[in-house]
Amino acid sequence: MKRYVIIGNGVAAAGCIEGIRAVDADGSITVISAEQYPVYCRPLISYYLEQKTDLQRMHYRGESFYAEHHADVLYGRSAVEIHADAKEIVLDNGDVYPYDELCCCTGSAPFVPPMQGLDTVENKFSFMTIDDTLALEKAVTPESRVLIIGAGLIGLKCAEGLHGRVKNITVCDLAPRVLSSILDDKCAAMMQKHLEANGISFLLGTSAKEFQGNKAVMQNGAAVDFDVLVLAVGVRANTAIIKAAGGAVERGVLVDDACRTSLEAVYAAGDCTQYHDISSDTIKVMALMPNAYMQGHTAGVNMAGGTALFDNAIPMNSIGFFGLHCHTAGSQPEGCEMYEESDETHIKRLFVKDGRLTGFMLIGKTHRTGIYTALIRNQTPLSTVNFERLKIEPQLAAMGSAYRGKVLKGAV
Amino acid sequence: MNFYPEFEVVRNDSRCIRCRVCERQCANEVHWFDADGSVMLSDESKCVNCQRCVTLCPTRALKIVKSDCRLRENANYSDQTIKEIYRQAETGGVLLSSMGNPNPLPVYWDKILINASQVTNPPIDPLREPMETRVFLGKKPDRITRNEDGSLNTKLAPQLTLSMPVMFSAMSYGSISYNAHASLARAATALGIYYNTGEGGLHEDFYQYGKNTIVQVASGRFGVHKDYLEAGAAIEIKMGQGAKPGIGGHLPGTKAVGDVSKTRMIPEGSDAISPAPHHDIYSIEDLRQLVYSLKEATEYRLPVIVKVAAVHNIAAIASGIARSGADIIAIDGFRGGTGAAPTRIRDNVGIPIELALAAVDKRLRDEGIRNNVSIVCGGSVRSAADVVKAIALGADACYIATAACLAMGCHLCRSCHTGKCNWGIATQRPDLVKRLNPDLGSQRLINLMDAWRHEIKELMGGMGINSIEALRGNRLMLRGVGLTEKELEILGISHAGE
Amino acid sequence: MKRIYVKEEWCLGCHLCEYNCAFANSGMTDMVKALRGKTIYPRIQVETDENGITYAVSCRHCTDPVCVKSCIAGALSVQNGVIEIDHSKCVGCLTCVLVCPYGAVIEDGSGVAQKCELCMKNSCGTPACVKGCPNGAIVYEERQTVSAPD
Repeated sequence: MKRYVIIGNGVAAAGCIEGIRAVDADGSITVISAEQYPVYCRPLISYYLEQKTDLQRMHYRGESFYAEHHADVLYGRSAVEIHADAKEIVLDNGDVYPYDELCCCTGSAPFVPPMQGLDTVENKFSFMTIDDTLALEKAVTPESRVLIIGAGLIGLKCAEGLHGRVKNITVCDLAPRVLSSILDDKCAAMMQKHLEANGISFLLGTSAKEFQGNKAVMQNGAAVDFDVLVLAVGVRANTAIIKAAGGAVERGVLVDDACRTSLEAVYAAGDCTQYHDISSDTIKVMALMPNAYMQGHTAGVNMAGGTALFDNAIPMNSIGFFGLHCHTAGSQPEGCEMYEESDETHIKRLFVKDGRLTGFMLIGKTHRTGIYTALIRNQTPLSTVNFERLKIEPQLAAMGSAYRGKVLKGAV
Repeated sequence: MNFYPEFEVVRNDSRCIRCRVCERQCANEVHWFDADGSVMLSDESKCVNCQRCVTLCPTRALKIVKSDCRLRENANYSDQTIKEIYRQAETGGVLLSSMGNPNPLPVYWDKILINASQVTNPPIDPLREPMETRVFLGKKPDRITRNEDGSLNTKLAPQLTLSMPVMFSAMSYGSISYNAHASLARAATALGIYYNTGEGGLHEDFYQYGKNTIVQVASGRFGVHKDYLEAGAAIEIKMGQGAKPGIGGHLPGTKAVGDVSKTRMIPEGSDAISPAPHHDIYSIEDLRQLVYSLKEATEYRLPVIVKVAAVHNIAAIASGIARSGADIIAIDGFRGGTGAAPTRIRDNVGIPIELALAAVDKRLRDEGIRNNVSIVCGGSVRSAADVVKAIALGADACYIATAACLAMGCHLCRSCHTGKCNWGIATQRPDLVKRLNPDLGSQRLINLMDAWRHEIKELMGGMGINSIEALRGNRLMLRGVGLTEKELEILGISHAGE
Repeated sequence: MKRIYVKEEWCLGCHLCEYNCAFANSGMTDMVKALRGKTIYPRIQVETDENGITYAVSCRHCTDPVCVKSCIAGALSVQNGVIEIDHSKCVGCLTCVLVCPYGAVIEDGSGVAQKCELCMKNSCGTPACVKGCPNGAIVYEERQTVSAPD
């Protein structure tokens, strides 16, 4: 009977458990969970603040998930060392757990750049975990002035979550635009305008140089008074434990399509990893929930002796603020052509290179965008579809009758 | 001259959900959606009252009603008569109509009542006892003959075997759609009866149903070739049609497209004009030549049917046909349907099938040649009761077409000649043809025939008759109501109470 | 398992399936009350190709559903082969819309995702689109699994 150990208890870990059990019903599974909660998906914390969900409904799986999958969870424990030769891990309390197959799902952690006077700020929070969220929720009042450092996905979702529960919200970012990791200038400007129309203030192209208690002095000289500070500058992959064990690590733990690390019998999945993006043919950290699950599942199947590959990863994001949705996927490689369509309420930008769709940014109209995503993921030659019609709207009708016959006339 | 439309589209706006199915399904483009006012609008002048929109409207927000805007009342010059004159004054054209004569001429079926047994010769319960509805069509031997060794000489003229005394009568591929033909062919096969190609040839896809197909040879000879003749179970020579006796047919070039032209063996887009006469038939002897040509061509395997319209001298005509070598006579009454006919012909030429049938049966009996042929009657057989009455008047079986079309969805709007049948039956427009799914069309035909068979058995059982053969020509089972002495005499039945 | 399949040769493009779907999932007993004056968000959608061929698209209930794997809230799950959505858990991130290769998961007009659940959760029995199709163009039946398109 195999002994499986999973470090971490996020979505990648849940995928790993389900992947293992898809192949092996008998092996023992031990999950090392630093957090005290059963698996939940971290992006839900902003929806918690918005009261679109609650701690109960945030559970990623049902009550009996671990029991049904015969997995033991060690809550409140962290792994501190992997002895890959001895096939064992050491926990923070010194306990040693032997394994036959190990999966590292350590995720990522907030990255806080050194900022002068940060220690003088009393009410400062990260926005990653339920505990962060509960602490933040406790600290804010309807009179709070909130300053969020970072206008990325986390910072802006936090702003949306706090909207209506605080007096005002200011978001600053060193980048000159919001959501700089996924949107270009034009798209970002549209989203920013919408956020501003909903009462979020921005200070872009500048960041806090110094904190003096409840006051931030920006690089451009402006001063912002605040009651609550949220640090959402970015995240970094938690790679230390693999690195210490001698595994190959760059910005993330390097894994192949089977989610193997360079260490024997050690897999990794989720936000801690760095892997192949087929849309840009580069190896990068893509801290994305769907990919985390698919990696976890892939790792689990392989750990249990099955065969699975996750070989069509692309970056993609679905994110919305105050009713305006934004879908992005893939990449915009150098030299790509762009098809654009826009008006007051929406923008559509499709990026094409070498006769294939490599990426898109859509704001406002996100109906059936998965058809575009599939074109990127499947690297479909656009010569085989009616791309002129697809530009207008995503539709199977433009995919050719053979494809249609295949997907609509049989089970898939 | 503009008339106020004949029909009005009544839309209950409080029920309309703007799903626009009426708009999408109307080939006449009556309905449209006005985005400015977010309302459905309609142009009633285009409406033919086919009820497609009414039927598909999911909230019953629509009805089509007869307009009450009429010209000044006049018992002699009716509204319709006047408008027809206007139309002809404008166009100089012959008026065209479709389907059967709609005028209030006598329907003798409705004046004939069926007997039932009481006390003596008790009724039979068809659910408990066997009941035979099978009939054989074809020439019957005059007497039993024996071979030298005493065994029965069982060599019979070729026969058609019907599980029940009803067949689908001739409607050509061209006048009706591929899917309508597919529905008829599949239903006939499943039911163990026959459908009829009409004068349009047989699409190659339907050769597989040949065992249940009657192939027609008409005056235009469209689609006739050796394989065609051999593909069917019987060959029908069409001399005339009840809806338009004395004239031929005309399929406009716009309908002779694609497979229709190929199947008819005519150039695409050319008008298919069937002449009024067969140019090689001017006598019974000529007819006999064609009958035997066809028999010869098919090695005497197949019975030959001669179809004629019910006209004044039908009894004498039938007598001639019975001596021509034909195996079956089909008589088509003046209420029979058509895909297109001149209105004046349809509404004024020919005689009722009931009278024609009775006259023919009597004449052939009187002449002792009734067994030479089987008699099939058509031209508005609307129900199982009509079938039973027809059999008792002397028919071996009935042809139905209008009822079959109704089963497939026809709503008798009588606009077949426009080629825009919203039900996918009398059209060749691909977007309309696909509206008739033969899976559903054939099942509805099968259902209808199953229902009729049950009813026929019930009616037979009531009369104490357990075999349809025993009902044939059994006029004692019929009584007339409200008929004149002369009518009763021709029908060969007594008045109710006699 | 039984799934919904379309026979495009019989689809009339009448869009009744969309309205029947919207009504079936409205929770109301009267179609007029349910749909009049409202924008509908049906879980089945009629498409028209460049040749004018029409057909309806709804959830394929994939054997390896990418929407389920991508759901951040764990709201999508496979129950006896049927991909179901737990509306109480859905937060409306629409990641499922972003990943469904058939465009079969859609936003419901109120901000959360919805999809065909084969009328398992309403009182229809046979799926409403199938039952209401006037030409037998949508069927609910068992067919052999084919490999996913590549």
